[in-house]
Amino acid sequence: MSQLASLTLYHNDEARPIIEAIIADNPGVRVLNMPGAVKLDCEGSLVVKRASVEERLGRTWDPQEIHLVIISMAGHLDEDDDQFSVSWKH
Amino acid sequence: MTAKKLGLKQRYAHMTRGLDWETSYQPMDKVFPYDTFEGIKIKDWSAWEDPFRLTMDAYWKFQAEKERKLYAVIDAFAQNNGQTGVTDGRYANVLKLFLTGISPEEYQAHRGFAYAGRHLRGVGPRVAAQMQSLDELRHIQTQIHTISHYNKYFDGLAEFPHMHDRVWYLSVPKSFFDDARSAGPFEFMIAIGFAFEYVLTNLLFVPFMSGAAYNGDMSTVTFGFSAQSDESRHMTLGIEVIKFLLEQHPDNLPIVQKWVDKWFWRGHRVLGLVAMMMDYMLPKPVMSWKEAWEIYFTEAGGALFQDLARYGLRPPKYADIATAEAEHISHQNWAIFYQYTHAAAFHTWLPDAKHMDWLSEKYPNTFDKYYRPRFEMWGQMAKEGKRFYNMALPQLCQTCQIPMGYTEPGDPTTICFRKTQFRGETYHFCSDGCKDIFEAEPEKFAQAWLPVHQIFQGNCGGATIPDVLNYYRMNVGADNMDYVGSPDEKLWNEWQADKIRTAV
Amino acid sequence: MTVQIKTLDMEPKRQTFGHVARRLGGDKPATRYQEATLDVQATANFHYKPQWEPEYWVYDTRKTAVVMADWYKPLDPRQYYYATYNIARANMNQAVERAFAFAEERGLIEKISAEARKQIEFGLLPLRHLHWGANMNMTEITQRGYGTAVTAPCIFSAGDHLGMAQVVSRIGLLLDGQTGVSLDMAKEVWMDDPAWQGVRKLIEDTFVERDFFQLFVAQTLAINGVVFDLIYKFADAGWKDAQIAVAMLTEFMSDWRADESKWSDSVIKTVAAESAENKALVSQWASDWIARAVEAARPLSAALLGDNGAQAEAAREATIKRARALGLTL
Repeated sequence: MSQLASLTLYHNDEARPIIEAIIADNPGVRVLNMPGAVKLDCEGSLVVKRASVEERLGRTWDPQEIHLVIISMAGHLDEDDDQFSVSWKH
Repeated sequence: MTAKKLGLKQRYAHMTRGLDWETSYQPMDKVFPYDTFEGIKIKDWSAWEDPFRLTMDAYWKFQAEKERKLYAVIDAFAQNNGQTGVTDGRYANVLKLFLTGISPEEYQAHRGFAYAGRHLRGVGPRVAAQMQSLDELRHIQTQIHTISHYNKYFDGLAEFPHMHDRVWYLSVPKSFFDDARSAGPFEFMIAIGFAFEYVLTNLLFVPFMSGAAYNGDMSTVTFGFSAQSDESRHMTLGIEVIKFLLEQHPDNLPIVQKWVDKWFWRGHRVLGLVAMMMDYMLPKPVMSWKEAWEIYFTEAGGALFQDLARYGLRPPKYADIATAEAEHISHQNWAIFYQYTHAAAFHTWLPDAKHMDWLSEKYPNTFDKYYRPRFEMWGQMAKEGKRFYNMALPQLCQTCQIPMGYTEPGDPTTICFRKTQFRGETYHFCSDGCKDIFEAEPEKFAQAWLPVHQIFQGNCGGATIPDVLNYYRMNVGADNMDYVGSPDEKLWNEWQADKIRTAV
Repeated sequence: MTVQIKTLDMEPKRQTFGHVARRLGGDKPATRYQEATLDVQATANFHYKPQWEPEYWVYDTRKTAVVMADWYKPLDPRQYYYATYNIARANMNQAVERAFAFAEERGLIEKISAEARKQIEFGLLPLRHLHWGANMNMTEITQRGYGTAVTAPCIFSAGDHLGMAQVVSRIGLLLDGQTGVSLDMAKEVWMDDPAWQGVRKLIEDTFVERDFFQLFVAQTLAINGVVFDLIYKFADAGWKDAQIAVAMLTEFMSDWRADESKWSDSVIKTVAAESAENKALVSQWASDWIARAVEAARPLSAALLGDNGAQAEAAREATIKRARALGLTL
């Protein structure tokens, strides 16, 4: 059975580089647009890479800044200085 | 020499884990008197994995930034009279149900997480619970501030704390949280942290708030999503709690399973109110309850319980019944409130033809067959000047406290009744789920302050409906009754007429 | 030509919520603090007795011996609600960030004498545990207390103490080159050093206090006034050549103390002024807990400052003076 790891983010200017980074770094990601929000689902796990976000943002980005744009999530969370991920893998 | 910058994980460990100590001048069991009676066994609190690793400085920084943004939107909304720009005056009724029924529960969560944040023996979960306590206070306060502006123009909002403690349908969410608050700290964490926050809260906030955005309510969507950004921290706490309890001792499994079963069903019943908000109360519906249930329970909950199966935990009992009920629950709830709206602090109305077609499309198996005919009949009665109000007081379920209006699983034409005996008294239930919950803790649930019983016992201001409405501080003729003919409708129509005039 | 600005008449039907208007004595515009605080906690028709304390309801005025006709009288003069609290703390914390950045850049801590370093390790770092204890007490009052006016600022205070425990920890990490060794040592001092045992016993005794308002008095008046003030206010001489560095790195604590006592003093004053019975009870609690706190602080003062307890005495006098100004008889 499918196990989707998921992040829901604001659909705004601040979140856009993060959304784009997720789409680039997670092949097969499913994008569900809702008014005001975007739900991103990926089988097994979903990762947000600091380097990818920084590349799009043009400045340094601390993965904890995701707190400002995150709406919801599914999966076990792991965060360190270089990435933020949710996954159902052990 | 410059010191090496600590990584997030090590830094956080230094900042929290080392703070507590084993007391010796007072026995630990006296310092933490409540974390043993539930039978949960913890061998090693230090095995707790911190979910989000926020130190207070980062917490203040992020939360201050979120608040600055949120209040900028609230201020702009008020200055521009944003309430005149929502899709329809009916929309305000969603906020009435929210402020009277949901916001006070955010407050209960605030106090409950303070209880867990003081009384769990491990420092890791305590710090996370304290932050959640702060967040929950944020939620009720931002909700009051957002809806405060609507209160200036719409009825039904002005007495929200008074009503919350008294009005019949508000005892549904109130008893839910009173139940969690009167439980021990571990059950509270499973009830609210896991079952509510992880499994069910998305159903409340995500599609519903998206609906607020779709209906032009930018201030509500902003507090909703902003609150939900705290919720993702809460969800990680909820999932960590359940993993931790199941990993600590095999004896914890049956206790945790019992709580998961109980709180899933309790939550499902409370969220029936949200189902009705989504399907009937948003003038422009955004997603049906059934669709939301599929995404957030069947799909997301499925992944979760698949993961937890490795501990021997099974999906909640009656999850299949709840999924089948997703075809019915919003229609049955709206029908209940339509009949009793003379005793409710928000307006109801019949869906118009376009809205009914939407319901037919979203509920092809049930709407036309079971519900459309009833609404059309009531529409006919209203047209003849005989708008249907049910003057008989309904019987309430002893557990969830909702009027007995739900139907038998697999038979949508027969009302479901269950009963049981306890200490020589008969207690009534809307479902097997609610009956099971009572039978597991009869001493607790026999205590319930059931609004209809209380009215009959003379504890709600008197024996007549006007007496009771007075006890509720209901502004009769403004807060209650059908939307059609209400002061809300009149004011809304004036705003619309004025807009047309101004445009010309 | 005249231009007529056509505006819709947006006269509100009401200015605020009914319960707020009744307290303001009429339907007038209310502040965000008032709307976010007044009557927010449930008061009636509770469903189930707590399994963990069935003698009370979850929200129950009998959880303290003092009696208030209205628990929304002891308001917060700072008028904090969640947003204003967090924004205030985020601003205060910017100064902390600047101070730590400055101390790191200039090697401020590396330059201090071995003697000063030892004093900080012995006298300052163990305080992070006392902050954690204070955090437990303020969280306890948040859950056990009555009325949002009193309980909401308590969770803010709990957050403050956790934040300050973390500031103290950062000072330790600065001292030990980010290894955490100094924090482990400070914990040993907290657990075993005779000079600290009075303070540890004091805070452990508060952990088992069941009367929420007595706990409020013990924590905010006695422990904050005697023990925290002893270290943050009366112990400058103890830091030797690190006085300026310590003052800079603990600036948050002095700002916090001024901010917190504005509120906690006012709460105590209001509750004591309610009745002669309240005044007698609060005075008794204050006198008892201040005495216990001084008893605990004396050996610490002697060990840190070599003053035979003189600064603990100074903290006592200041606290007694403060208590009397709040209308208490001591």
